[in-house]
Amino acid sequence: MDITTLISKKSLVWWAIILIIFILLAFVPLYAPGYAAILLSSILMYVILTISWVMFSGPTGYMSLAPAAFFGVGIYASAIIGGKLPFPIVVGIGGLASFCLALLVGALTLRLRGIYFAIFTFGLVMLMAHSLLFWELHVTGTRGRFVIVMGYNTIYYYLLGISMLLLLTSYLIRRSKYGLALQSIGQEEDAAAHTGVNVTMLKVTIFAISAFFMGAAGAVMATKWTYIDPFIAFNPFYSFMPVVMAIFGGMGQLYGPIIGAAILTYLEEFLITKFAEVYMLIFGTILVIAILYLHDGLVGLIQKWRRRIWGERYANT
Amino acid sequence: MRILEGEGVSKYFGGLAAVSNVDFHVDHGEIAGLIGPNGAGKTTLFNLISAALVPKPGAIKFKGENITGLKPHQICRKGVARTFQSVKTFANMSVLDNVVLGSFFGMSTGMSSADAVTEATGLLEFMGLSALRATPAKDLTLANQKRLEVARALATKPELLLLDELMAGLNPTEVAQATELVTRIRHKGITIFMIEHVMEAIMSVCDRIIVLHHGEKIAEGTPQQIATSRKVVEVYLGE
Repeated sequence: MDITTLISKKSLVWWAIILIIFILLAFVPLYAPGYAAILLSSILMYVILTISWVMFSGPTGYMSLAPAAFFGVGIYASAIIGGKLPFPIVVGIGGLASFCLALLVGALTLRLRGIYFAIFTFGLVMLMAHSLLFWELHVTGTRGRFVIVMGYNTIYYYLLGISMLLLLTSYLIRRSKYGLALQSIGQEEDAAAHTGVNVTMLKVTIFAISAFFMGAAGAVMATKWTYIDPFIAFNPFYSFMPVVMAIFGGMGQLYGPIIGAAILTYLEEFLITKFAEVYMLIFGTILVIAILYLHDGLVGLIQKWRRRIWGERYANT
Repeated sequence: MRILEGEGVSKYFGGLAAVSNVDFHVDHGEIAGLIGPNGAGKTTLFNLISAALVPKPGAIKFKGENITGLKPHQICRKGVARTFQSVKTFANMSVLDNVVLGSFFGMSTGMSSADAVTEATGLLEFMGLSALRATPAKDLTLANQKRLEVARALATKPELLLLDELMAGLNPTEVAQATELVTRIRHKGITIFMIEHVMEAIMSVCDRIIVLHHGEKIAEGTPQQIATSRKVVEVYLGE
């Protein structure tokens, strides 16, 4: 059987499953108590951050620690213009602001490779937080801002919509020739350039597209917190979590980051409520074990089991 | 007709002249060889042609057009493809995907994925790699990885192919196969410029040979002329 038809048949089933899941998710606020929407909102937020992160860093191997910067730009955009414009436009502007920042930063720094890129992107988060703090202290004379409040169901539906759009975008990029080109950049960047791939352009574009979704998620999430300041908005935690969740879930398949984000977010919530004092200790231990023993994340584990059950039919090619 | 031309091409690393004021040309349809002892600047010259490095000073023309200062992907799309001395295949991608990438991006005009796959499949057949199409590139033998690099380069539809030590590290049978391959590529109408240390190979396939030493061009001529040149013999064997 031809490989391409096999892939598309398999993916058709996946899309049907995903569609059903999304439809079920859309009905959650109607039937489940308020807490379900709040928990699912946190999960969706991390799903968005993680899939966006994997979109660029997964195939290219450029370890970006900038998610918090793009997320924070969205949060601040929402705080500044929220209430003045219709909310969908606010979310769009939050995404666009992050997109533009990523274009600028990407054009300047994507020549950096390996650890230098990781450190620069992390520096960006700090830079954004401290410049905003400076601006607020010396120019506006304020500390932090209040954000318009949205109902938790509204937040939930916005995040659900963004996730769907992101999933589709991510899938289309993966399937396109640009997905292949991103992979080739991760494997042998010089050879990719000499094979006709405009590596700089491609890297910057995908980096910016991934930032758009992080910014949009930030703009939505801001309304949940009512008050934000530079260190709430640009919290490095939002840079590390997507990386951890992607590694935990596995980056080989699109569903990897989703289950990684879902499980770890739920685990975090569970541990905070049940073991508030030792939650970080348990959380950390689980992560260490996952990284030591699950090299390809949960995706790797699932594929191993599947091979054991169905034989080598689905061997990783 | 000259397909490639270099005028006063130089490249300095700090104070060291890796390539110094080299004038060279490659004629349309020929197989040109580039030889010289280790550190002579051969690979640097290839890097300058393919725009991995920019000559300073100096200019490189492809089909009469000045291509100095273009980016590597632009050079590739103009019709100059290359392979690497230390193989640079996309290790975790399948053999087919390695080549498909070249079909997709090697030309300015786009290509549908069905066409790209068809074309890549044809090239794998040409290179004798069909049976390995689904194998990750890292699992190939060195000889096959080198073939894969050539297939990937050919997928970009080059008019000029730069081969950087295609035969290094191959056993005698593989060298013979590679030599035969070079002539088959030429029959496709592609001009070849190749760096090689395997003398019998280069002497048998090349129409013309350029010799570099310490970054300077010291000789140029037919294999016969080069083999009998006093200067070349001195460089290789010592005075």
